[in-house]
Amino acid sequence: MAEVLERAGCEIDFRPDQTCCGQPAFNSGYPEEARRVADHFARVFDGAEYVVVPSGSCTSMLLHHGGAGSRAGEVAAMPPSRLSVYGAEAGNAAGSPARPPAPRIFEFSTFLTDVLKIDDVGASLDRVVTYHDSCHALRELKIKDAPRRLLSKVRGLRLAEMDAAEECCGFGGTFSVKFPDVSGAMARTKIESIERTGADTVVSIDSSCLMQLQGVLSRAGSKIRTMHLAEVLASR
Amino acid sequence: MKFVQIQEALGDARLQNAIYSATARMAEGRRIRVAEMPDEFQELRQRAHDIKQHTLDHIDEYLEELERNVVARGGHVIWANTGKEASDFIVDLARQRGVNLIVKSKSMTSEEIHLNDALESNGIETVETDLGEYIIQLAHEKPYHIIAPALHKTIGQVTEILQAPADSTAEQLTALARAKLREKFLQAGIGITGANFLIADSGAVVVVENEGNARLSSSAPRIHIALAGFEKVIPRAQDLEVFLRVLARSATGQKLSVYTSFLAGPRREGEPDGPDEFYLVLLDNGRSRVLADRNKRHSLACIRCGACLNHCPVYRKIGGYSYPWVYSGPIGKILTPHFIDAPWLPFASSLCGACAEVCPVKIDIPKILLELREEAPKSRAEKLAMRMFAWVMTHPRIYEKFSWVRRMKKLPAAGPLKAWLEQRDLPDLPQRSFREQWRDRR
Ligand code: SF4
Repeated sequence: MAEVLERAGCEIDFRPDQTCCGQPAFNSGYPEEARRVADHFARVFDGAEYVVVPSGSCTSMLLHHGGAGSRAGEVAAMPPSRLSVYGAEAGNAAGSPARPPAPRIFEFSTFLTDVLKIDDVGASLDRVVTYHDSCHALRELKIKDAPRRLLSKVRGLRLAEMDAAEECCGFGGTFSVKFPDVSGAMARTKIESIERTGADTVVSIDSSCLMQLQGVLSRAGSKIRTMHLAEVLASR
Repeated sequence: MKFVQIQEALGDARLQNAIYSATARMAEGRRIRVAEMPDEFQELRQRAHDIKQHTLDHIDEYLEELERNVVARGGHVIWANTGKEASDFIVDLARQRGVNLIVKSKSMTSEEIHLNDALESNGIETVETDLGEYIIQLAHEKPYHIIAPALHKTIGQVTEILQAPADSTAEQLTALARAKLREKFLQAGIGITGANFLIADSGAVVVVENEGNARLSSSAPRIHIALAGFEKVIPRAQDLEVFLRVLARSATGQKLSVYTSFLAGPRREGEPDGPDEFYLVLLDNGRSRVLADRNKRHSLACIRCGACLNHCPVYRKIGGYSYPWVYSGPIGKILTPHFIDAPWLPFASSLCGACAEVCPVKIDIPKILLELREEAPKSRAEKLAMRMFAWVMTHPRIYEKFSWVRRMKKLPAAGPLKAWLEQRDLPDLPQRSFREQWRDRR
């Protein structure tokens, strides 16, 4: 993601103190713990112009749930000052309302299409790709076109839509370990749909979905591989 | 935990296919209808949501208005605090009137209070007249789906259950059931229906269905009893337009259900049909607890269309019998914990949000699930783990130290990792973390 943004002319400020948005705690019924992590997020990214997040789920957590009660939505809407990248390692979170100016938080693909107004990043990749709509990106952030538009401009790449593109991969955070068999069955249904497209690669903007899908694909001995959109866009 | 049922459902390829394709058919029906009027449909959902919200916030007034109007039409209103009070009333009435056969049209509410058991154990024969429900009753099972109770049955199984000749077609099976049920309609002394809507300003019970059996149940027998949760009330007859349009489209992909019956009181002078006596049993059975909880109150807005089940990737895997109470699927997940002890249930969701996206009254099911998760009792180990998590995530130096995990050749397969590995492999982790690579670049 950093490479793609740099090529697009962004200056990147990776803040090494970043950790997580707090979503794992939030979704498990621990809003207080989530809020603590979210406040840390807000402190770390304080003063950045944009925070670009390589995950729809984390972005949604930051924008909509804001670490349970903190006002990330407001934070996200405040005027920009400097660019920062929320790195590829973890989740994401919210803002402490007391400290403007605060960053605007964007999911990676929509940052490219809506802020930078780019849909061709000059990438090329010789693959047949199917795109998995991750649930939070799709339903909470309404992201559907941006990643597809970016993919359609990648040279050599053919996009093959699956019939169940919008269906959940079955990950769901702690759900995947509390109900592993249900989660696995959901992933296998998803994979059947992926296989029907004839694609050799499944792409998403959420690493957690990709981890789930790849884990089940690998268990089934499938040759289909998973790639994050950022990896695709960084290919040349 | 209903793990046995979950395992059974997951392990049964035929059943998996049946659930998946039946729900897909209903979901596709909905999709087509919504695509015909995308913007208008969203407006209708919003209106349906707003009307329900308003009604629930002022439900005491509307229920009083409803009672006045039912009584004005010559009907009776019975307030039942519990399921037992409701079924006791019905059993007593049947006894007093010397009724020993009751016909019923499909009613989830009566399933909720185990009405059939109460009637049968008092020697009153009770016959379900909705075809799917009839099949389920003969098979001694429970509804598998809010609107498609026999969704999990194959035609072969139905043939057996109805004791029909082998190779009967669906039409032949239906005709057979119809012939048997006709007799029952004519002999029954009481007909029981549910209600989709109770209209405060006119005292009418509205029942929506496709087979015509609810209309017969409410008009052929001498006595009609409508049993409904009190949350079914809506303020005005004119509000119905909104609900009827979203209900049929969301449920089955119809523009309108085949029969929409307005049942208001007993037959009056000069009317050609209708019952001699009419009773409306308004059931609480725990609903006021949900009502009192502001954040979850909107759960009671549900119009039981079943769309959330059809779109739920979990329901579509585990099926209706894995849920611990009569209401299955996403709506079951948010209602059940208020009624029976099932603290694990709100966790059985990936929070994908497909339910909220389709719900015609815009119940924010994932949000309510999160609240239920917050309230659920937690183990000490989990609480500790979450505190640890928050601590590590707010201490970046410590967080960074965890990068050794990535370099471990083999991770100990215990706890959550073991659960993960039951179904899937782990990804190959990069040798160097992003932050290490980033540092080197500079
Ligand atoms: S919760 Fe919504 S979608 Fe689910 S059955 Fe009720 S009205 Fe239908």
